[in-house]
Amino acid sequence: MSQTEQSQTERGKTPGRLARAWDSDIAWSFRHSPVAIVAGAVSVLIILAAIFAPLIAPHDPFNPATLNLMDGFTPPMEPNAFTGNVYWLGTDNQGRDVFSTILYGARISLFVGFAAVILAMVLGIAAGLVAGYRGGWVDGLLMRFADVQLTFPSILLALLIFGIARGFIPPAYREEMAIWVLIVAIGLSDWVQYARVVRGATMVEKNKEYVQAAKVIGAHPAKIVLRHILPNVLGPVLVIATIGLALAIIAEATLSFLGVGVPPTQPSLGTLIRIGQGFLFSGEWWILLFPSITLLALALSVNLLGDWLRDALNPRLR
Amino acid sequence: MSMHHILKTSRSRLMLGAAAVSLALTGAASAETLRWARVGDALTMDPHSQNEGPTHTLNHHIYETLVGRADDGTLVPRLATEWGISEDDDSVWVFKIREGVKFHDGTDMTAEDVVFSLDRARTPPSGMAALHAAVEEVTAVDDTTVHVRMSGPAPLYVQNLTNTFIMSKAWAEANDVETSPNFAAGEEAYSVRNTNGTGPYKLVERDPEVRTVLEVFEDHWDDAPEVTEIIYTPISEAATRVAALLSGEVDIVQDVPVQDIARLEQTDGVKVVRGPENRNIFFSYDMTSETLDSSNAEDNPFAKPEVREAMAMAIDREAIRQVVMRGESQPSAAPLPPFVNGWTEEMHAFPTPDVERAAELVAEAGYPEGFSVTLNCPNDRYLNDEAICQALVGMLSRINIDVELVAQTRSLHFPLIENWETDFYMLGWGVPTFDSQYVFDFLVHSRGGSYGAFNGSRYANEELDAKIESLATMTDLEARNAVIAEIWEQVMEDRVFLNVHNQVLAYAMRDDITLDVHPENQPRMTTVTFE
Repeated sequence: MSQTEQSQTERGKTPGRLARAWDSDIAWSFRHSPVAIVAGAVSVLIILAAIFAPLIAPHDPFNPATLNLMDGFTPPMEPNAFTGNVYWLGTDNQGRDVFSTILYGARISLFVGFAAVILAMVLGIAAGLVAGYRGGWVDGLLMRFADVQLTFPSILLALLIFGIARGFIPPAYREEMAIWVLIVAIGLSDWVQYARVVRGATMVEKNKEYVQAAKVIGAHPAKIVLRHILPNVLGPVLVIATIGLALAIIAEATLSFLGVGVPPTQPSLGTLIRIGQGFLFSGEWWILLFPSITLLALALSVNLLGDWLRDALNPRLR
Repeated sequence: MSMHHILKTSRSRLMLGAAAVSLALTGAASAETLRWARVGDALTMDPHSQNEGPTHTLNHHIYETLVGRADDGTLVPRLATEWGISEDDDSVWVFKIREGVKFHDGTDMTAEDVVFSLDRARTPPSGMAALHAAVEEVTAVDDTTVHVRMSGPAPLYVQNLTNTFIMSKAWAEANDVETSPNFAAGEEAYSVRNTNGTGPYKLVERDPEVRTVLEVFEDHWDDAPEVTEIIYTPISEAATRVAALLSGEVDIVQDVPVQDIARLEQTDGVKVVRGPENRNIFFSYDMTSETLDSSNAEDNPFAKPEVREAMAMAIDREAIRQVVMRGESQPSAAPLPPFVNGWTEEMHAFPTPDVERAAELVAEAGYPEGFSVTLNCPNDRYLNDEAICQALVGMLSRINIDVELVAQTRSLHFPLIENWETDFYMLGWGVPTFDSQYVFDFLVHSRGGSYGAFNGSRYANEELDAKIESLATMTDLEARNAVIAEIWEQVMEDRVFLNVHNQVLAYAMRDDITLDVHPENQPRMTTVTFE
């Protein structure tokens, strides 16, 4: 706290938005945490590489017409025995360039991860705000439902939702919809934690004076909840969301590894690991190793960012 | 000319009595447990519900058939000691039933049980019905003689009996399983998880997809096998299966992934045996419906001969052999393996792929922009099944056919074909009768009654249907082979099947175990010997 004020007075002028952000508690804590800096850099690198995959990747591995089966099983940095082509990280069993496939696969993993977290967050916040603010039977109903859901491991629940959702989709659209079904499955299996945290925070906030004041002037409950309470409960939600992103990415990889996620012709990181796993004993280590390292780096760095954010936002640790 | 078959005398086992004595003396002193792993489990323990390889393979240890097939393809006696066509009527088959055979529950097997089992097997929804389509009536003449009356002379009928198991009539009635459960409809029944056969092993534990334990049946009529206990474990992941063998967790791995053969051969304490399987792997498609559920085309592209021809020109079988199968396959355009009567060198030959011409053909057929379709594949049934499908997706995309691949476990995949819920699918077909008629009955004859259970192409040709039906009762084998050739000519011309290759099998095992590759991929653990 005092550091921030100090630096502001030293400059002696009204700081701009960027400068204020740079000087904020969070930014200060970030600058002084080497782990957060490295984790942030790795996350940003992978996310940017995934976003710009079509520009960076030497091949489009999702276009089967560009693949040559004879390129299959090329070791990294060595020419293929039949075609003579060289690939940085080698090729998989279908002749897909592993490097390009990782970039495109990370795209799917990240997209599913972000979308699932947003879905879980929206559901969880809505349920938590309503339960916390209204209390009574609404609270009882929503929270008992959440309790029941918590008794199931979320990956089992995701499998269940995935299976049911596929049953409703006509076969012709199943593969196109696979990614969306995956998002819904992971999102629905994950909303409970958000709801619990938001409910707790809402119950604390709703008795505070500013909320009482808003009630007295006759503000609509929806307005009170959204304008006044929501911004004050977002801090812990942000922490859960960051760690939740890492978990969602791993959940997607797990489902794809089990073979229920995205189709094998459009592999995500988990699908790639599943494919590579079959070639562990025959010596084609690169198909498994490089996607695994990417998944590990991504999940670990996002998780570390989440840990750091939790500490940074916790007033008791300051 | 009337047939003058006399009852064929079987090879009698002179050693049988002596073996029984030695068994009584040694008892279970040399207990040997064999831990056997393969990619998938038997779909059901019911003896007649499914006509499927892995299901028969496990059931052959528990149930027995009237006749068995030796590794060289000849028929050998099992529950029937002698068989032949009746001297009085050439459309009646006579079977002499082995005496002194007991079911696992201790009751005696009689001719009545044989009559009951054959009737159960030939009544839909039994998966074995097509093999017995020509049977009119089964009767027990006395305690050890069964007559099977055919709709006409059927000199090859006995070839169809190698996978039709004999079960206890009393047991079936007591447990309400007088008819075979309908597998495609997912029907549960007592016989799906419980057994009562006459085979060399009894089922003692059944946990589907996890673990099945068989224990030697002391009162079995034949020589006692060296293996006294079998622990059967399905392990679907290729790497896990191989790791289980390397770590000594299992003794035999039946479905060795092609990529691991070389490594296993170099590992101490492990050996690999190889041999061709009597099975071909192919694709087929709905070539009859007006439209396809999974396609964006307004009509049915597979109904057009140009499209089917284009696909045949686009598939690169040699690349699949070299990369996907690592040399462990026999590429072929013939939709039947060379073991089978009716196979010819001409059917086997295939041209080098011509992608450009194939793409033109697709455009000429009325799809200048191409079309999309979903391909259904099993991912735990055939060697590298999913990878073969993926390779085909790439090859077809080059001729503007945009394929969505759905690869799933075989218990979900096969009903799609049986229920006509797939437009485009992979199937592998083994031929236990070693005769083309079996392929025609199941895959070519239009669906109806006991015919065409796996005819997923909806192919229906009345003229061919009549020819196929006539095969069952033709006694002049030369004329019959000529009809088989005519049928194949039409089927090849219509391109009902897009064949990929014939499978080559590899079994890996501890090196003190001896087990030969079975051409139908139905190894019998009774033949296992230890050093």
